Amino acid sequence: MPEFNRETLVNAVLALALLIAPLIAVFLGEPFYVALASRVATLALAGVGLNLALGTGGMVSFGHAAFFGLGGYVAGIAALHAFEGTTFIAWPFEIGGSEHMIVIWLVAMAVAGGAALAIGAISLRTTGVYFIMITLAFAQMIYYFAISLPTYGGEDGLSIYLRSGLPGIEAEDPLSFFLVCYALLLGALFLMHRLVDSRFGAALQCARMNPQRLATLGIAPFPVKLTAFTLSAMVTGLAGALFAELNGFVSPAMLSWHRSGEIIIFVILGGVGRLFGPLAGAALFILLESFIGGWTDRWQLVLGLILLAVVLFARGGVIGLLAGKARHD
Amino acid sequence: MSAAFLIEQLLNGVQLGVMLFLMAAGLTLVFGVMGLINLAHGSLFMLGAFFCAWIAGQTGSFWLGLGGGFLAAAAAGALVEIVVIRRLYDRDHLDQVLATFALILIFSELARWVFGDRPLYLDVPELLSGAVPLPGGGRYPAYRLAIIGVGLLTAAGLYLLIARTRLGMQIRAGESDREMIGALGVDIRTLYTAVFALGAALAGLAGGMVGALQSVQVGMGEPVLILAFVVIIIGGIGSIKGALLGAILVGVTDTLGRVFLPQFFGLFLPTSEATSVGSSLAAMAIYLLMAVVLAWRPKGLFPLDA
Amino acid sequence: MIDTMTGTRIDKAPGALLELHGLRKAFGALQATDGVDLTVMPGEIHALIGPNGAGKSTLIAQIAGDLKPDAGRVALLGRDVIGWSVAARARRGLGRTFQVSSLAVEFSVLRNVMLAVQARATGAFGFWAPVRRDEGLRTEALGVLDRVRLTPRAEAPVSALSHGERRLLDVALALALRPKLLLLDEPMAGLGPEGTRDLTAFLASLKQEAGMLLVEHDMDAVFALADRISVLVYGRIIASGTVAEIRASAAVREAYLGDHLHAKNAGGA
Repeated sequence: MPEFNRETLVNAVLALALLIAPLIAVFLGEPFYVALASRVATLALAGVGLNLALGTGGMVSFGHAAFFGLGGYVAGIAALHAFEGTTFIAWPFEIGGSEHMIVIWLVAMAVAGGAALAIGAISLRTTGVYFIMITLAFAQMIYYFAISLPTYGGEDGLSIYLRSGLPGIEAEDPLSFFLVCYALLLGALFLMHRLVDSRFGAALQCARMNPQRLATLGIAPFPVKLTAFTLSAMVTGLAGALFAELNGFVSPAMLSWHRSGEIIIFVILGGVGRLFGPLAGAALFILLESFIGGWTDRWQLVLGLILLAVVLFARGGVIGLLAGKARHD
Repeated sequence: MSAAFLIEQLLNGVQLGVMLFLMAAGLTLVFGVMGLINLAHGSLFMLGAFFCAWIAGQTGSFWLGLGGGFLAAAAAGALVEIVVIRRLYDRDHLDQVLATFALILIFSELARWVFGDRPLYLDVPELLSGAVPLPGGGRYPAYRLAIIGVGLLTAAGLYLLIARTRLGMQIRAGESDREMIGALGVDIRTLYTAVFALGAALAGLAGGMVGALQSVQVGMGEPVLILAFVVIIIGGIGSIKGALLGAILVGVTDTLGRVFLPQFFGLFLPTSEATSVGSSLAAMAIYLLMAVVLAWRPKGLFPLDA
Repeated sequence: MIDTMTGTRIDKAPGALLELHGLRKAFGALQATDGVDLTVMPGEIHALIGPNGAGKSTLIAQIAGDLKPDAGRVALLGRDVIGWSVAARARRGLGRTFQVSSLAVEFSVLRNVMLAVQARATGAFGFWAPVRRDEGLRTEALGVLDRVRLTPRAEAPVSALSHGERRLLDVALALALRPKLLLLDEPMAGLGPEGTRDLTAFLASLKQEAGMLLVEHDMDAVFALADRISVLVYGRIIASGTVAEIRASAAVREAYLGDHLHAKNAGGA
């Protein structure tokens, strides 16, 4: 059982609020807000992935949109081929489309994880500013690659005409889809919680705090960081697949560095390294986008000012403000 | 494919390179002296372009516009440094990235607010609107040649500034030991503001010049910013020499890649596939270049801390 | 030690915990390590002393795995470890303390030691079980803390520790690895007279457990602890012998002991 402290309380409230809001929306006959809640859940999931690499592992990846977008494209391509009855590749063996959610999720995570292994193997040999820029550069590379693929929409992106299915769930129904996203989010949060508290988590945190110390204890930091980076990408990739399905659309914009920046913003606004930070951050971001965005076109200005204020004055983010400093013991 | 065509493309590559140098020089100086990554550098480029276009539109003179853009960017740089940037010197890189990313959002929205959503147009000045004959036949726009000229002059000027003046000495000292120069009585705050404003001015100059080649709109600074980062990674963060070499490399690779890769693939693939494979590779070309350089020299070509 | 090229035994000192043979390292024109031979046998404390700029840090870095020598051999428990990573050497049995204590600053004292025990016992790749509630790790970690007498500070955050306590924690972390050889980089630096006395007594008690290469400026500690002393000047060992021999050596006095009084009070490297 988790210890009962302020942070756990705040986390529980957040989780409950995210569940109740769309239920109330359905009750009041306002289905739009259900889609909004799904948006929060999927973006939060993307942030949960990044938080492992960034918050726990100290790896400032400015290219996580690459994994988000790869997950989205897996969903898009799977839907396209399933819809058209064509195959993705025919040799050496046939890979067609898919209508099964679980298949899409697994493939999205595998693709994102594979990309992260490759990118991480090169990038994690650098540190500091170099790492930030190299992850950014790799994401850009994938972005430009996606733009140049006319088969899959190129710059205009790809529409998803059928939402994949899960046995027993009416996936086209917004509330059901939300519940799927919500369940995955909570599942991911639970796994993260166990991971950070595990031996791996302890080693990863030390890799962030003092890699020299970790090495002199006999644990090489590189494999630990690479594993964390890959796991982080897999979670963000899953979020990307869900996000694409939610919007019925995937485009290179999911791979842009602006998107990478946004995911970092959720994590920071919520509180970097805090378990529910990404959820708090994503919720805040979406609220700003919807409510201030509905009121003025200048909502990005407000977002920029808030972000600046958080970075300069409230480094602990929302969770930091509500629950105080993180306790590591 | 004629010699004239090749020369023309090479010159285009050098022109792009020189413009990237103006951006990269500011970025690399700020990082070398103050240890700060500044994502908002692209916004200063955009600001220079907007002011140049607007002043040129109001006064009818491109030159006034260019001067105005240069000064406006310098002023904006100094202001931002005093209000925001100086609080970031002691922070870690993540904080700097986030804060300057926030500045991008703020600048973009402010630009949209002040100048509107539609792009501004800037005309090439009369003096430079002609074309210059090239060896091998063919003609090249005088304006682009002028940009190359300005860029090379700026590189020479920066070299003189850093190697021969007192400010340059302080900059060099600051790059090797930040704490020491404070102890030696150099006014750090002013030095840092000056360096930041100088970088901003160069970005604004680049923006103003490019504004006549493409339309001036919000967001124009961002692709340039990313390219500038690739340039300084290749060149070695903190090195002006590296920025120049890296910028020319990137400019030429990108330009020639876009033109010739599709043609190259056309030699043995059907045209439509050749274009798509060629363009994809061309777009990725500079990132591949960066990966190759880093594999050979992990800290870039001329790193400060070799 | 087996010569990796010919496969024959080439050690001068079979059974040595550490053997350095012909070690060289240059930085441009500066020959920081100029042909160093040195051994540490089980059960002994071998002190390394030398004036500032002698190349002690460079030598330590080559033993620890931070720097690759230009030439020569580093053998840990009979294996040539040139090219081995820092982590691999630690797993082989090398424990190290740092001149400026290297700690996981956000963790408590106990969590630091638990991490060390974890590293030795199971490594990094356990993904599920919560580490803080692992009784085995806790008990062993508390045991180590007990040995350095830091148990009362077990739950304290590292940031709350005094300089001397940080040094003890640094030592505890090395001990938790159950090393065969300890590489101690100026452990007395910054400690007051009482701290120095306590740490000296503690190190003496460890002799049978782990041999030690003690790099130190504090001559009182060196004379109290060392079984053998080697003197490093400009990258070369100019003298090596027992405490009495070194004290009596005119060459050493000239090269080093002449300014040891200043060095001891300055406490620098």
